[in-house]
Amino acid sequence: MAVLETVNLTHLFGEKTMNRVSAISDVSVKIESGEFLGIIGHTGSGKSTLIQHFNGLLKPTSGKVLLDGKDINESKQTALSARFKVGLCFQYPEYQLFEETVYKDIAFGPTNMKLGKEEIDRRVRRAAEFVGLKKEHLEKSPFDLSGGEKRRAAIAGVMAMEPEILVLDEPTAGLDPVGRETVLNLISDYRKETGSTVILVSHSMDDVARFAKKALVMNKSKAVLFGTVEEVFSHGEELLSMGLDVPAVTRVFIQLKKMGVPVETGVYTNEQGKDAFLQLLRKGDC
Amino acid sequence: MRDITIGQYLSGNSFMHRMDARVKVLLTVVFVVSVFLCKNFWSLLTMVLFVAVFILLSKVPVMTVLKSIKPLAFILLFTAILNIFYVSGGNVLFEWKFIKITDKGLYTAVFMAIRILCLVTFSSLLTYTTTPTALTDAIEKLLSPLKIFKIQVHSLAMMMTLALRFIPTLIEEIDRIMNAQKARGADLETGGFIKRAKALIPILIPLFVSSFRRAYDLAFAMECRCYTGEGRTRMKQMKCGPRDAVASVLAAILIAAVILLNHFFEKLI
Repeated sequence: MAVLETVNLTHLFGEKTMNRVSAISDVSVKIESGEFLGIIGHTGSGKSTLIQHFNGLLKPTSGKVLLDGKDINESKQTALSARFKVGLCFQYPEYQLFEETVYKDIAFGPTNMKLGKEEIDRRVRRAAEFVGLKKEHLEKSPFDLSGGEKRRAAIAGVMAMEPEILVLDEPTAGLDPVGRETVLNLISDYRKETGSTVILVSHSMDDVARFAKKALVMNKSKAVLFGTVEEVFSHGEELLSMGLDVPAVTRVFIQLKKMGVPVETGVYTNEQGKDAFLQLLRKGDC
Repeated sequence: MRDITIGQYLSGNSFMHRMDARVKVLLTVVFVVSVFLCKNFWSLLTMVLFVAVFILLSKVPVMTVLKSIKPLAFILLFTAILNIFYVSGGNVLFEWKFIKITDKGLYTAVFMAIRILCLVTFSSLLTYTTTPTALTDAIEKLLSPLKIFKIQVHSLAMMMTLALRFIPTLIEEIDRIMNAQKARGADLETGGFIKRAKALIPILIPLFVSSFRRAYDLAFAMECRCYTGEGRTRMKQMKCGPRDAVASVLAAILIAAVILLNHFFEKLI
């Protein structure tokens, strides 16, 4: 069964004013339990608006968000409990750090869940371990950490709530290549270990191609493509025409096909690219 | 959060839009002073007429002007009620235990309400028709005589410009931080006063931190572009024209009318 489902979800901004802007229109997606979903799209394509519906921060203008089959906007209570079931980590989450120590900041979410002291302690240490923060980091002020550490501390703050679904909005934005790798790997490890559903919003096609199993492409406030990563990237040319990037390998294969080489364009990782080339060589077509 | 209208400029090309910003600021000062000079309903009526004339001259839709009053509804009501109950004298209209309402109290309440309305509408007309930059430029020019007393007028004006510039940015920032903390289960809506005040800490601290960061960044950016403060020239030189003369004459007539009406009619306040 789908853990999270949206049904004809539409959100308009400035509904009462003249300049009505639809941020997302008629989005229907089903997200299965334990899935790793990548959401891709331009700035302003509605990605961020969409994920803010997942935990009830935004109320849909029309349509529904179903969590475990139940409408999250049914009552105030369901909307609030959705915030703990769906952990949302915003872009540049380090700007939300505020406590005296990293430990207290990570504990902010679990404390709001009104858990026991020991349970909070367990969760904080577990989350800190996931993101690779050492014990001595926990007693530091969050403002004394380096940029990458701050980011990881903030992500730990969301992980500590142990949500069923973890949603991350551009978790690698503004990080250097090493920082990006660390963050992406820790998210992937987190999913493997906890088995929770992870939704990763990104505009880096390579990241999505490498980590996600399914992908949702948003363009001009609509969900244009939704399926497995293979399916989505086989529409490489469509993605390019939307002004979205595709993984470098995919671009190579699209170009090859244009040149008349008999290849599939659904290739999106270097491994697959290698295999495809080897196959071609064996056939002796090149 | 999004409907804060401080310094909200409506672009346009009306009489009032094209007036010199300095004259507009002076006009507002004159207007405010005359509102406080009013002693009876006749002189107050001239003020209302004056506001009406300038609303027409500014071509700002009446609905927009009225909207600027909305946030003040509470203050208006509050002062009116206070005046009704606390002003004594005149004929008693209604009496019950310790509550006593007199006709003078009622008049004062209405008078005060109109006075506040006039002040607010006229000053919002100023901001509707003047860009924040023009406004601060005007204030800088008008205050420049204070340089004799070693007051750094330019810095003050720059501070105002920057403050106005950062209002929308900060609103956006607050929105973002609030959402992030709400996503971590922060409860901002329920509870008593102390609980709510405490719930603001997770929002205020990140806000302060990022404001300092922004301030440093901006200061660096300004220094990189060789900003030193004094001696800057303007792209748009302010010039007074016939419009400003007309407005000045209107203002002079206004003051004269208020003084005369105060003199010839019965004093109310």
